[in-house]
Amino acid sequence: MLKAKNRTGLVFFPAFDWAISPTHPEREERLLYTQDQVLEEGLFDIDGIVEFKPDTVSVTDIQRVHFCVPDVWSVATESHFISAGGAKTIGMAVLDGEVDRGFALVRPPGHHAMRVVHGSRGFCNINIEAVMIEFLRKAYGIDRVAVVDTDCHHGDGTQDIYWNDPDTLFISIHQDGRTLYPGSGFINEQGGPNALGTTVNIPLPPFTSEEGFLYVTENVVLPILADFKPDLVVNSAGQDNHYSDPITNMNFSAQGYAKLTEMLQPDIAVLEGGYSIEGALPYVNVGIILAMAGIDFSRVTEPDYDRLRIRQGAEVTRTIEKIAGVVLGNWRQREERREPLRRKAGIEERTRSVFYDTDGIRETQTEINRLCRDCAGAWQIASISDRGHRILAIHIPRKACNSCAQQGYDWFEAADTTAFPLVCLQDRTLNQFNQKKGSA
Amino acid sequence: MIIGLDVGGTHTDVVLFGQEGLIKEIKVPTDPADLFQSILHSLDEITSGVRFAEIRRVVLSTTLATNAIVQGQIPPVGMIVSAGPGLDPELFRTNPHYFTVSGAIDHRGREIRPLVENEIRGIAEVLKKEEIRHVGVVGKFSVRNPAHEVTIQNLLAGSFERIFTGHRIAGQLNFNRRIATAYLNTATYPIHRTFFQAVNRSLTEKGLNVPIYILKADGGTMSLESSMEFPGQTILSGPAASVIGSVAFAPADADTLVMDIGGTTTDIAVIRNRVPQLHPFGARIGGHRTLIRSLETRSIGIGGDSVVRIEGGNIRVGPERISAALAYGGTHPTPTDALFVLGKMNGGDRHKSLQGYQALAAGSGTDPEELARQVFEHACRGILAEANSLVDRINSRPVYTLQEIQEGNRIRPAHLLVMGGPASYFAEQIGKMVDFTVQVVPRCQVANAIGAALARTTCEVTLFADTEIGTVLAPEEDFEQKVGKGYTDQDALRTAAELLKKKARQMGAVMPELEIEVLERQQFNMVRGFVTTGKNIRVRVQVKPGLIMDCETVAARLAN
Ligand SMILES: [Zn+2]
Ligand SMILES: [Zn+2]
Repeated sequence: MLKAKNRTGLVFFPAFDWAISPTHPEREERLLYTQDQVLEEGLFDIDGIVEFKPDTVSVTDIQRVHFCVPDVWSVATESHFISAGGAKTIGMAVLDGEVDRGFALVRPPGHHAMRVVHGSRGFCNINIEAVMIEFLRKAYGIDRVAVVDTDCHHGDGTQDIYWNDPDTLFISIHQDGRTLYPGSGFINEQGGPNALGTTVNIPLPPFTSEEGFLYVTENVVLPILADFKPDLVVNSAGQDNHYSDPITNMNFSAQGYAKLTEMLQPDIAVLEGGYSIEGALPYVNVGIILAMAGIDFSRVTEPDYDRLRIRQGAEVTRTIEKIAGVVLGNWRQREERREPLRRKAGIEERTRSVFYDTDGIRETQTEINRLCRDCAGAWQIASISDRGHRILAIHIPRKACNSCAQQGYDWFEAADTTAFPLVCLQDRTLNQFNQKKGSA
Repeated sequence: MIIGLDVGGTHTDVVLFGQEGLIKEIKVPTDPADLFQSILHSLDEITSGVRFAEIRRVVLSTTLATNAIVQGQIPPVGMIVSAGPGLDPELFRTNPHYFTVSGAIDHRGREIRPLVENEIRGIAEVLKKEEIRHVGVVGKFSVRNPAHEVTIQNLLAGSFERIFTGHRIAGQLNFNRRIATAYLNTATYPIHRTFFQAVNRSLTEKGLNVPIYILKADGGTMSLESSMEFPGQTILSGPAASVIGSVAFAPADADTLVMDIGGTTTDIAVIRNRVPQLHPFGARIGGHRTLIRSLETRSIGIGGDSVVRIEGGNIRVGPERISAALAYGGTHPTPTDALFVLGKMNGGDRHKSLQGYQALAAGSGTDPEELARQVFEHACRGILAEANSLVDRINSRPVYTLQEIQEGNRIRPAHLLVMGGPASYFAEQIGKMVDFTVQVVPRCQVANAIGAALARTTCEVTLFADTEIGTVLAPEEDFEQKVGKGYTDQDALRTAAELLKKKARQMGAVMPELEIEVLERQQFNMVRGFVTTGKNIRVRVQVKPGLIMDCETVAARLAN
């Protein structure tokens, strides 16, 4: 009888009755053929592979990560609660020791959802990995977490959430932002001053193939993980780098994804994007599950797989090697570069515009960070959307020093609810979410 | 009148059931070495003095296939398997003459790689040389397109006595279970055929010319003729028979636990609104996971004759049986002895039971009566824990839509039916431990035979339509038609219902009106490049397990 080397938990929640719209890529049919393939392969019959029913998350779980405008139920539907709940279920199964690893095959995805949420961006409303991670930190006391995002699109939501957090390493491997949504994820995006270096972007040129992905995994991702020594490695396992994906331009394969998973050895994988629903997802997902379980995946190939046809050109290889060198160099100098920034003390401010492509909302943010040598630093975001919503979002980090905690409360007290009808304080030291509302 | 017969491991139970209820019941020891004689003798006995013309049918439940599989006494057969991408099909090897061949079909039923006919012919030669007469043929995704299986079957035809194909087994996707099930059908076929042809002949010679039905693992019946196509389905019919025999006493609108307390083990099942709950995929037997429809049951090694030990100051009951109770001349103390010590049971040697419990209690400071009470409670608690874990397993079964998550549909037992030798004592004790009603199944000594007699014919049909490709397909029924873009899940449901009725009749259903239950109904728009190109429809319907008569009538007839 076939037996898994690593006890592997799976949550499979295809949300067969939920879609963004009938012909949207994020629709009912998306995981249908994946389910067919997984069932026909009999993966749930393998000794050591366990299927769990997804739990749902609570509003509190979501508010540990997000500031939803005007409230959680206005931006998240039942499907988001269960999708995040599926990730949470897997996280708990891993940390309870019921399984060694787990894979949440859920939809809708989450990695484009940022701290402030006015609506849906890149098919995402709730960052399911972040909701899971912050729940696990609260419930199990884990500290250092690494998120490796292998979706073809830059994981700008996860990057935004962990921008100021030196205890969360976020590595995103994606198609170069000059050629694909969301247009970010460049090498110079490395985190806020209090967490410089723990955001690592590896933008790859179009037509990167197996060799390129596995090269950066081996030569950049693994060494960085070894330095960072996380308690938990989470893989945002998007599958739109596939050569047959209709909305991207990469040349990755089921074999490649399985090998990458085997190298990365994530504790938890969470499905993100991937829209080649017939030609890629069934095979990629079977490959990832087998790789996680430690079972031979060498025969898992797409019907039209031809290794030579998708091989990357010499120019692509050279570009990737150059990028890898720069990224690794930045990582190695992160301490030296962070130190002078934090020594400055005081406040750092940045302004930017965020576009919610799925919902067509435009948001303007002014973010203020308290530079701090003792913790991740309190921050606040003043956010205004073109739908007329105004929110002031204030965050006190998990391991805040007294001054930063005080700063958070000072901001909250001082906030003027006529200028910002919604003022929220996320106090992660007390696990509290406070709000005050204006009459407007 | 109907005859129901269940050949169990130790006893063979037979009942004659008629308008007035239970007319006759017989319990005789089973001769494991000669099941044939066990059946014939008990049929002789039950029909003595009965006019054969009044007997409408005979339903048989036997351990024939189960024993053959579990004891590994099955003849060599050939297996031909085609797989394509995915796990190595060698991992699913069932037997020595197991061949993997070229050819592959994908999840939508499209050919990825062709068969190589010469390869099949070569294997046929090898099998013939080995004097193999029965072959199983299974392809991955054959339920989405059986073409490769059918081609192989045609290539082999004429050279072998019988060929079993995977797509006829069940519509569900699960390649390794399809292989295992095809193998078990192929391998039990010669044994099954020889045995039941002999039974049929003997009954005919005796002058009993009535339809013979065989009980299946899902608690439903099939005609003798149908059983030749799916002999594997006759496994594990015994436990199913007992559950069906208790259905009439379950409330119409509540969840019920059923416990069949035997000498060595207790079997537990769940009934919802008088419908026994089925396993989501199929039975597990002799190391094989199958697609054989079966009841969801649990077996725990605690029974009336389980050996009782004290280990490190803790009571342990079972999991094995070493002997009968001391009170009945056994060598080891048992829960039954506890009942003797407590004065609840009599008719055996209480003194022996007491001696046994005195020895167990020695040095512990507990008196034997107190220990007996503790042992009995411990046994009941163990059974209850297993029942709870079965309910948990059913409740934690994954669902794939928001609607199902919102509906919840959790099993919440409100009633407990107990049967088996010491049922009444266990019922009394367990009743004190739970907050639902507890009842001993009337006539529970022969509930299994009653269940066999009254079980209805069950079956299932899976229908799969892909309007982009333009086909609708019910693989088990060898049904395939072209469909247009306008085909909907409504149409699919109608087709499936028709196929189900036809199948039920072929399998011997006699009910004037079949109750059809929809198990699955899904319709997906297929979108390619932002344009809807077709619909992908999945429908599964069944005739669910239950009785051929109204439950109230049966309960009234058995209660007297
Ligand atoms: Zn993506
Ligand atoms: Zn601080």
